[in-house]
Amino acid sequence: MNGYNFAYLDEQTKRMIRRALLKAVAIPGHQIPFGSREMPLPYGWGTGGIQVTAAVLGPDDTLKVIDQGADDTTNAVSIRRFFARTAGVATTTHTAEASVIQTRHRIPEQALREDQIIVYQVPQPEPLSKLEPSRAETRRMHGLAEYGLMHVKLYEDITRYGHVSISYDYPVMVGGRYLMSPSPLPAFDNPKMDMMPALQLFGAGREKRLYAIPPYTRVTSLDFDDHPFRTTRAPHACGLCGARESYLDEVVTDDRGGRLFVCSDTDYCETRRAEGHVGTELAV
Amino acid sequence: MTQSAHDETLLSARGLNLRFGNVIALDNVDAELWPGEVLAIVGESGSGKTTLLNVLSGRMAPQSGVVWYRDAQGHLADVHAMSAPALRALHRSDWGFVHQNPRDNLRMGVTAGGNVGERLMAQGSRHYGNIRQEAIDWLAQVEIDASRVDHLPRTFSGGMLQRLQIARTLVTHPRLVFMDEPTGGLDVSVQARLLDLIRTLVRRLGIACVLVTHDLAVARLLAQRVMVMQAGRVVEAGLTDQVLDDPQHPYTQLLVSSVLSA
Amino acid sequence: MIMLQTENLSKNFLLHLQGGVRIDVLRGVDFDVRAGECVALAGPSGAGKTTLLRSLYGNYRAGGGAIRVRHEGAMVDIVTVSPRVVVEVRERTLGYVSQFLRVVPRVSALEIVADAARGMSHDAARRRAADMLNRLHIPTRLHGLPPATFSGGEQQRINLARGFIGSHPILLLDEPTASLDNANRDIVIAMILEAKAQGIAVVGIFHDTHVRDSVADRVFHVLPLQDAA
Repeated sequence: MNGYNFAYLDEQTKRMIRRALLKAVAIPGHQIPFGSREMPLPYGWGTGGIQVTAAVLGPDDTLKVIDQGADDTTNAVSIRRFFARTAGVATTTHTAEASVIQTRHRIPEQALREDQIIVYQVPQPEPLSKLEPSRAETRRMHGLAEYGLMHVKLYEDITRYGHVSISYDYPVMVGGRYLMSPSPLPAFDNPKMDMMPALQLFGAGREKRLYAIPPYTRVTSLDFDDHPFRTTRAPHACGLCGARESYLDEVVTDDRGGRLFVCSDTDYCETRRAEGHVGTELAV
Repeated sequence: MTQSAHDETLLSARGLNLRFGNVIALDNVDAELWPGEVLAIVGESGSGKTTLLNVLSGRMAPQSGVVWYRDAQGHLADVHAMSAPALRALHRSDWGFVHQNPRDNLRMGVTAGGNVGERLMAQGSRHYGNIRQEAIDWLAQVEIDASRVDHLPRTFSGGMLQRLQIARTLVTHPRLVFMDEPTGGLDVSVQARLLDLIRTLVRRLGIACVLVTHDLAVARLLAQRVMVMQAGRVVEAGLTDQVLDDPQHPYTQLLVSSVLSA
Repeated sequence: MIMLQTENLSKNFLLHLQGGVRIDVLRGVDFDVRAGECVALAGPSGAGKTTLLRSLYGNYRAGGGAIRVRHEGAMVDIVTVSPRVVVEVRERTLGYVSQFLRVVPRVSALEIVADAARGMSHDAARRRAADMLNRLHIPTRLHGLPPATFSGGEQQRINLARGFIGSHPILLLDEPTASLDNANRDIVIAMILEAKAQGIAVVGIFHDTHVRDSVADRVFHVLPLQDAA
């Protein structure tokens, strides 16, 4: 393995991270500080997610890495190769074949199973960070479950725009107790987190926090009784596979305003096409 | 029978002592407050009146002495022995605190409606329409036009900010409100309006109030009882009109005779 | 039935700012008033009439002795009882009309009077207040104005309306007709007589001998202590 310890980090570090993860699982949605290490890539590139993956990865695991739903973007490819090189684990682009999935900003369309772990990359773990600048105060608010301020933010959105304008990183309540940032997922993905059979782990390297949602935990998006949470997606079908329920990326195709909507989850789209589904772009 | 008047104090403090180094802030201070009454604490700068307010409201701990609060169920609690969560919850529900500078108690980046509705949301209100309507109702009660409900406090005058702070404080129908120089720093005409508002609201809602002021006229207008403080001690206390019209203590006599009238 | 009585009442003023000079004003005052009667306090200027009246109201603190008020069936000593009880007594039993109206900014003449009404709805109180003001020749167009700019006589009439509307069992009046013309003076006399007929006990200082003779059943003389032998 070219002189690297398994999955790059030393055993003591991995043990420390696992201990923190145990705490996180014991207190769903609560941010646990951890000794985030210097990784061979700068902050903002997924160091938290990488450290969590490194801590839970074993030689028999199969790893999938996606970035905004795609396996083939630069970052996803980099991280996948990083673990291939330092841990020698098998890698895949198929959601159903993976035992560990590291993701930035999307949850796969394919429903996850009890024997899978999904690791999210988180830039800012504190859901109240934009509303309350003092970290000491936000810690107090979490400790006392004083979340009125977040509802004020939603109230203000409805006042200003007629609806809640948060389209990604939409705040959720975990287990009815902790307010959590799901990471910058589109609000569309929030419902997937509710009662998910897989273990969900979240790592923020720069902020040195991790948190977790154990399998089958209630996760609800904040809303008002008369303005309930609603998911939004572009009202199109995927141009490649024709899917009407997956989250879509909008792709600019030419300099004359041409656009194409395609599934953001590349594996999902490929799988559908392999099954014979065809979107308008590919129809002959 | 008049005996009932003595039964259930809402707040009572015994033997409060507090010093900051060599400076005596509170020297063996007692105080009592009954439901629905207004108690003014008057004195000049350095008298200890604001310190007393902070100790009574649990924001500052005394070095000795005790402050008892009787809740709506009649249970007595030692304010300084309460857990932090319990005290914070009390401040958000049964108690209110009106600061001299309204900016200390308002979110300047949140609309007037959001400011007033926050305490409701903190208590679990989850219906946007109802919250907004209640906010509008309260704004009306403090004479802020309903059209300002979606405006930011940045656009409000000093008097309006203070009235907004009061609405924000009263929205959960507190039984006890602490006020620290609520009219300090405001223009005289603005003061008059605010005082009238406070007077009306306190009476109509039956709120008990501990009011710190250096202005004897404010004490006379709003309070049934007054405590005069000097250098951390209560030098005189009693019926407001009696203390101000027939002051016994030399310091009270000095205070009363020093006030200019227009 | 005795409604208000003093026993051995004394009052002095200790002026700390004037080198601790002590002024004795009242000593050994024994005084009472019964339901339905009016007692006039008489005496030379500076003798202590207003001091006595204010002491009866609890506005001045007595130096010694007792001031007993029949409050809801029992005699309550204003001198020793807690401030909270005095507030109650003033609310329900003891009314007071001072010499000068204390003006509150923004509050209209009508509200000042209606505020003091007891045992009726706010609307009824406003109607009654309007009636009383009209009776005292405060025209309707002034009812909605704060009285800060009114004449002394107008302010005093508002003060009187405020004092009478409460129908307190005991009423203390300090120079009620001092700034009034004859017509209004006669109205006040009528109001005092009506109060007496309702069983209200009245104690008053009346400079105008005609008024005093019209309403008082007895005169209580307050003599200046310095002149006492």
